Amino acid sequence: MTRTQPDSRGHFGIFGGRYAAETLMPALLELEAAYRAASRDAAFRKEFAFHLREYAGRETPLYEARRLTETLGGAKIYLKREDMNHTGSHKINNTLGQCLLARRMGKKKVIAETGAGQHGVATATAAALFGMECRIFMGEEDIRRQAHNVHRMRILGAEIVPVAAGTATLKDAMNEAMRYWVAAVRDTFYVIGTVAGPHPYPVMVRDFQSVIGREAKRQILKREGRLPDGLVACVGGGSNALGLFSPFIGDAGVAMTGVEAAGKGLATDLHSASITAGRVGVLHGNKTYLLQDPEGQVRDAYAIAAGLDYPGVGPEHAWLNDTGRARYVAVTDAEAVEAFIALSRLEGIIPALESAHAVAHVLKAAPAMAKDRILIVNLSGRGDKDAETIAARKEGGE
Amino acid sequence: MGRIEARFAALKKEGRRAFVAYLTAGDPDLETTARLIPALEAAGVDVVEVGIPFSDPTADGPVIQAASQRALKNGATPAKILAMVTALRMKCSVPIVLFGYFNPILSYGPERFAADAAAAGADGLLVVDLPPEEAAELRRYTDPAGLAFITLVAPTTDPSRARKILRGAAGFVYYISVTGVTGTAVPKPENIRADVERLRGLTRLPIAVGFGISTPEQAAAIAPAADGVVIGSALVRLIAEKSGGADLIPAAAAYAAAIRRAIDTAGEKSGGNAV
Repeated sequence: MTRTQPDSRGHFGIFGGRYAAETLMPALLELEAAYRAASRDAAFRKEFAFHLREYAGRETPLYEARRLTETLGGAKIYLKREDMNHTGSHKINNTLGQCLLARRMGKKKVIAETGAGQHGVATATAAALFGMECRIFMGEEDIRRQAHNVHRMRILGAEIVPVAAGTATLKDAMNEAMRYWVAAVRDTFYVIGTVAGPHPYPVMVRDFQSVIGREAKRQILKREGRLPDGLVACVGGGSNALGLFSPFIGDAGVAMTGVEAAGKGLATDLHSASITAGRVGVLHGNKTYLLQDPEGQVRDAYAIAAGLDYPGVGPEHAWLNDTGRARYVAVTDAEAVEAFIALSRLEGIIPALESAHAVAHVLKAAPAMAKDRILIVNLSGRGDKDAETIAARKEGGE
Repeated sequence: MGRIEARFAALKKEGRRAFVAYLTAGDPDLETTARLIPALEAAGVDVVEVGIPFSDPTADGPVIQAASQRALKNGATPAKILAMVTALRMKCSVPIVLFGYFNPILSYGPERFAADAAAAGADGLLVVDLPPEEAAELRRYTDPAGLAFITLVAPTTDPSRARKILRGAAGFVYYISVTGVTGTAVPKPENIRADVERLRGLTRLPIAVGFGISTPEQAAAIAPAADGVVIGSALVRLIAEKSGGADLIPAAAAYAAAIRRAIDTAGEKSGGNAV
């Protein structure tokens, strides 16, 4: 399959687009033009590559998880170690790209929304690096459960704007960031953290993250002399997943599996599985699968991993699902926690709870696969930030 | 001619400006909304924007966000709001613009929504997050149904984009007077005058100015520069404050009457140079 999407206005099939208030439309058109020019500019690409290498610490290892592979007794499992990036997750790839673009556009103020705090930390980091003023919108519930990242952002010089509306999580933080942007649009750059939002964000964030898949492809070819049989990544908005998937989309033999958060179960209302259990809707500037009630009111998402706690999903994922190119499954909180512990004990790698969802799917899928099969799992972030959540859960007897 | 066009044409003949009022349907409940609208009409409101509440109103400030949440909590749905409009049409001829975000309409079904809204007696539609680039999927149904698709122009909209947008505009043009969300900043009359004059060269439709106008004094200052003034958050705030009390309807009517007087007085003072 060749890449023919999105169209010139950001549509992936029926998904994507630019459903934004008129006040923001000129800024989105300006951003699109600036991004297009930058991505064609060899000097910009070189500068981005330089920062990924010298600052973020790329490339990240593609690590063969031998004990995990042996224990499961099936497919050979490689971990793409995005947790080894500076700031501890894949998010820095995108924030370096967007802040470089902001600088190129002459904008000295950046804003961002954050759930787990990983994107907020990555934005605050890039803003510090480039000497920009930084405001991070974060739900009060997330501020409570991700205190560690809140401290980091403040140390980096960012202002945290607490959001009390709704369930005070990622969706509400994004609403408030958009409202702020409407008023500050003339001099402020909005650094969206995932492959969602109005065009060109889904494309731009995918492109900045696709370094993950390009490296993984090179690494696996060098190591195994062939492409993998499958790719697995967790999906909230879906930026780490598209970063890994994107360079493989044309390779028909490579299966792709996105893992959503089933929370306390798909039969309850407490999950974040927008592709698995949502229907088509419009939120935050794009058309996509959305958790919503029968009247089109957006439902509150839930996931044990704050970074997956979002009722929508990037429009390209919605399209990859409908075309059948990628498959989407969901794993529960309990399965993710089990995977979190398993990977920690078997490999000495504490994964982010978000990434643990991808690992949880592998725990289920790998044993049924032949030993000559190869899986690459995106280990999108490290789990230090989740230690307290896990400890509290253990004490609670779960 | 539709009700919106007829009302603006009649006002123009009299040298007066329109008073457009927004309220969130279902705040505090739909019965109250149904009593408020005729009272507002009697107090001199020319066009009522009936807000369809949405869970994530990203273009609205805190006042309308809170009103939307109250309305949703009290069970307002697009179907119930259309039923209210149908009932209102028995006694009330004020032009009605349904005002909201796209997702509830998409969920209802654009084709069904167009048919039901027209049958209910709504006159126009304003969808905040549906710019002209994405509007075809709704307008293919609402245009043939006779619903005027009201277009927003912002201070950030440059002239070439404004020209493109206004080519497809209907009813009246809604000029957003401040760069920001609803009800959070106060527009400057001198800027508005220049902005509206620029738009005059691009459209023959009447131009109403809204976002951030709350007092009779502000309405009087803005009115001479445009063909209409939109009051939203200030009315919604008043409804919230008086909600549940016996004086809600009289208080809203008195506020509307004060705005009406301010707009009309300003029109006289400006020497009747209405266009």
